[in-house]
Amino acid sequence: MEIKETSLINLHKSHGAKLVEFAGYNMPIQYSEGILNEHKFTRSNCGVFDVSHMGQLFIYGGDDLTKDLEKIFPIDLQSLKINQSKYSFLMNDNGGIYDDLIITKINNSYLIILNAACKNNDFKIIKEKLKDKYQLELKENLSLIALQGPGAKNVLEKVIPEIDKLKFMHGGEFKFNDMNIYITRSGYTGEDGFEVSIPNEIAENFTKVLLDKGSKLIGLGARDTLRLEAGLCLYGNDIDIKTTPIEANLKWAISKKRIDDNYPGSEIIKKQITLGVKKLRVGIKPESKVIARANTKIFNKENEEIGKVTSGTFGPSVDHPISMGYVDNNYSLIDTKIFLEIRGKKVSANICKLPFYQKNYVKEI
Amino acid sequence: MSEVKFSKEHEWIKLEGDVATIGITKHATEMLGDIVFAELPEKGSNVEKDGTAGVVESTKAASDVYTPVSGEIVDTNQMIVDDPAKINEDPEGTAWFFKLKMKDTSEMDSLMNKDEYDKFAKESGS
Repeated sequence: MEIKETSLINLHKSHGAKLVEFAGYNMPIQYSEGILNEHKFTRSNCGVFDVSHMGQLFIYGGDDLTKDLEKIFPIDLQSLKINQSKYSFLMNDNGGIYDDLIITKINNSYLIILNAACKNNDFKIIKEKLKDKYQLELKENLSLIALQGPGAKNVLEKVIPEIDKLKFMHGGEFKFNDMNIYITRSGYTGEDGFEVSIPNEIAENFTKVLLDKGSKLIGLGARDTLRLEAGLCLYGNDIDIKTTPIEANLKWAISKKRIDDNYPGSEIIKKQITLGVKKLRVGIKPESKVIARANTKIFNKENEEIGKVTSGTFGPSVDHPISMGYVDNNYSLIDTKIFLEIRGKKVSANICKLPFYQKNYVKEI
Repeated sequence: MSEVKFSKEHEWIKLEGDVATIGITKHATEMLGDIVFAELPEKGSNVEKDGTAGVVESTKAASDVYTPVSGEIVDTNQMIVDDPAKINEDPEGTAWFFKLKMKDTSEMDSLMNKDEYDKFAKESGS
């Protein structure tokens, strides 16, 4: 299969990007400054991320569509206001996660941001479930540019002054070069920030303007360390078709109002909410500086295997190794001592609260 | 003058008497990216040529460090364990990994000199 490129490919190359294939796209893992500097710059200033590989699915329809989408997603879409976003899941009948996503209600349509590796399958599933009643478009002509960090607002405001009114998890339509762009105040780094859906033909120019205002390009490597410090799941690592949102400790994303309704996986979700789960996603901090990466086995004091790490790295802002993983629910309490098997040795670690790094979201203005 | 030699696993080795100082090359650090963890062999342990003798981890991945020659570990560099970023800063100088007492200094003969290594690194790209 041919490797795809985003509309920022030339900009990546001119900034010294190390390109790797990710979900079928040639994407920057890092630029010339490296992951640690990129990470820290995002936490202190404003990082710009090309996330154009992610799917931008538009579904057009009115009140009927809202009702039909509620049969697919476990969230209260009827109460969702126009231009408001919510985190949700596409699940199978066992509550297994096909994808995690962000749904935004727009005038007479919904915009759903999907993971790159999942987007084509998601499209197929959603289209089938909606039985061809609505027009669905997985837009290839739009790029997605994220600005993240405490300086994100200042940078974007210099280009689009009206964005200062956006609240977290809300969006709106704006103009750049006389073309419509859609901006939401959201992101996946634990920082305040914005995601800009913009036509491919002006995406590079727009990004160059952002860079001129003092932001820097940040690669997927730092995106991973940032999201892990923020305790956010990476699809394919921390959540997948074999985990449910309840096991993933993402119960907050299931609307309370919808718990008794029918949607794919609803029976299992309800059961797990009522009776509890066998395994649970937790934060893990090794006591030493050793890093426990994905697939590291987790043991209890009695040397019984109790789980597995699903993501692990060095957290540059926490200045310590950090991991997430699933453990037997009997061991999920904070400060529970566990052991990680790393290169044949058992290394002591503790269950710790998520996020590892305190978020800086702007909730109210 | 002692000559610095290089291995295909991107280690450098400098022999003084029968004691070899070993570290990873600048090229290796550029490939690895920011190094955030280093683990070294224990003093007094014996390591075999081409066997593992430590680990470095970048933000991206873990990589084994191999020893290009056999011998007994006589010293390790605690500085790079305490501050792994030093490996990126000065890989072929102060950020050496370990020193070992060689059993057979002829093991040096099969290793590359600087020109050969530079060419190898450029061609292999890894």
